[in-house]
Amino acid sequence: MQRDRGGTAVLILLAIGILLVLILNLALPESSALHLSTYTVTLWGKYLCYALLALAVDLIWGYCGIMSLGHGAFFALGGYAMGMYLMRQIGDRGVYGHSVLPDFMVFLNWKELPWYWYGFDQFWFAMAMVVLVPGTLALVFGWLAFRSRVTGVYLAIITQAMTYALMLAFFRNDMGFGGNNGLTDFKDIFGINLQADSTRVAFFIASALALGLGYVTCRYVVNSKLGRVVVAIRDAEDRTRFLGYKVDRYKLWLFVLSAVLAGIAGALYVPQVGIINPSEFSPLNSIEIVIWVAVGGRGTLYGAIVGAILVNYAKTFFTTALPEVWLFALGALFVLVTLFLPQGVVALFRRKQEPA
Amino acid sequence: MRQPPRVPVRRVDLMQYGAVATPALNLSHGGILYLDKVTVSFDGFKALDGLSFYVDDGELRCVIGPNGAGKTTMMDVITGKTRPDKGTVSFGRTIDLLRLSEPEIAQAGIGRKFQKPTVFEQHTVFENLELAMHTNKSVWPSLLAKLTGEQRDRIDELLLTIGLAAQRHLRAGLLAHGQKQWLEIGMLLMQRPRLLLVDEPVAGMSGLETELTAQLLSSLAGKHTVVVVEHDMEFVRSIARKVTVLHEGRVLAEGSMDKVQNDPNVIEVYLGA
Repeated sequence: MQRDRGGTAVLILLAIGILLVLILNLALPESSALHLSTYTVTLWGKYLCYALLALAVDLIWGYCGIMSLGHGAFFALGGYAMGMYLMRQIGDRGVYGHSVLPDFMVFLNWKELPWYWYGFDQFWFAMAMVVLVPGTLALVFGWLAFRSRVTGVYLAIITQAMTYALMLAFFRNDMGFGGNNGLTDFKDIFGINLQADSTRVAFFIASALALGLGYVTCRYVVNSKLGRVVVAIRDAEDRTRFLGYKVDRYKLWLFVLSAVLAGIAGALYVPQVGIINPSEFSPLNSIEIVIWVAVGGRGTLYGAIVGAILVNYAKTFFTTALPEVWLFALGALFVLVTLFLPQGVVALFRRKQEPA
Repeated sequence: MRQPPRVPVRRVDLMQYGAVATPALNLSHGGILYLDKVTVSFDGFKALDGLSFYVDDGELRCVIGPNGAGKTTMMDVITGKTRPDKGTVSFGRTIDLLRLSEPEIAQAGIGRKFQKPTVFEQHTVFENLELAMHTNKSVWPSLLAKLTGEQRDRIDELLLTIGLAAQRHLRAGLLAHGQKQWLEIGMLLMQRPRLLLVDEPVAGMSGLETELTAQLLSSLAGKHTVVVVEHDMEFVRSIARKVTVLHEGRVLAEGSMDKVQNDPNVIEVYLGA
């Protein structure tokens, strides 16, 4: 196995992050100067979810050349599956106090739970859906697209169309997912208050572990022979086909894996931010993910993580300090990185003689 | 910068890269490739016009013809890249190539070298050969695949054959043009094909490289069937036993090099007499 210094650094930093949060947030009293606020912990938990999402995009874009501008959709679907579980956990503590129906359904005068909400009161079922729903959508969508040999810009455009269509669908109240308000007002998970410091820390740790595991999985895949086939497809698709590889199957496999990772990221994201609504499907979100990966360094895996955290940290800073500047800053960042750092930010830390 | 491929130190028995029997491949009539009245048109232009073309098992055949004669289109049809409007194409007597996809045709035992050398530039020379190797090429087995000692040995030996043993860990994108051509031929051999389709193997090669390529291709015939498309007449003369001349999507002449060179139709097409 090649030495993966960037990846090792990421995994070590994640471990340090978990330790720091445990000590600085839970062990130190709030009065201490070194105390880490729960707000900050959750903010970083959110960044880690974005990092996992970026990792998923880098896996298919960086290694297989499939530019998906619709990955936000898989993220959102995973988030909705988690949101539906959390909604069912509210039980009769909603504003209208209905024992089964979530508030928005009572408000819409619905009498019973739609069939697709069945089972979401079970944690295991919801978790299965977190994986299965994005995975199935990717399977069907990818099967149609790759079989017809849709590639490059055309694929990017239809993935945009996919996420846009889903956004419009989820905006509708009749869909039964809370319309434009989405799902929110979550109370607890496993009977434990979602707002409690320890729950927040637990979600941060879960996100860090998911990111670490996701990284190790992706690294295993790209280091395997399958990974070499996938890069071969990226660089010379026809050649790969004439060597006897069924290119569309490889693409589909990778695309589904990537969608599942995105779904898991979404599921971890929702309880931390406390809401999921159709704006997560917005095409702009999906484009932003690609920018994170480009900024960090495409085709490195750890670069995607660095990029996601860097850009989102900057976003938090700008949207608080200078909200009107943010989009310009993001655009400028993308242009500058493309022009001057085509290998991304991580290229700055790489030793010169190492091949790109 | 450019250096000719190293002369193979020892003659490797190429039999071991050859012939893995494809179960359904039926060679009972001695023919390995049959194209019968194949027509391909692009927007009304007939790239192939009722082409009939047969190759015997173990043959080394050269296909020549002016630009636009349909040579590359013929290769595309055989390898599944282009579907003909009319006609039949079969591998042996029984395998209908028109029903198979490109990867299935490759796995059935037909390897193709492109006109422009196409290797995986970001992979090392060794990895290029590993990817080409005849093995299970489905997704899950690839995820778990580990090279066995025997497979490593096969790659090592082939590296010697194509004279790239010293460059094994070099990224293929850094190879000289001629070396890429050789690597691609090596990749073809790793596939253990019964039939090799080689499109312009010596384009851009130096004299020595051309000579070595001629040697290599000649040594392959017999155990493999080789179809070479080439413009370089000297090269064709040096290897060909039988030559097929294509013109406007049809076979214009076929036979030994001397015979086709003296064919009045061929002289007319080539010299415009």
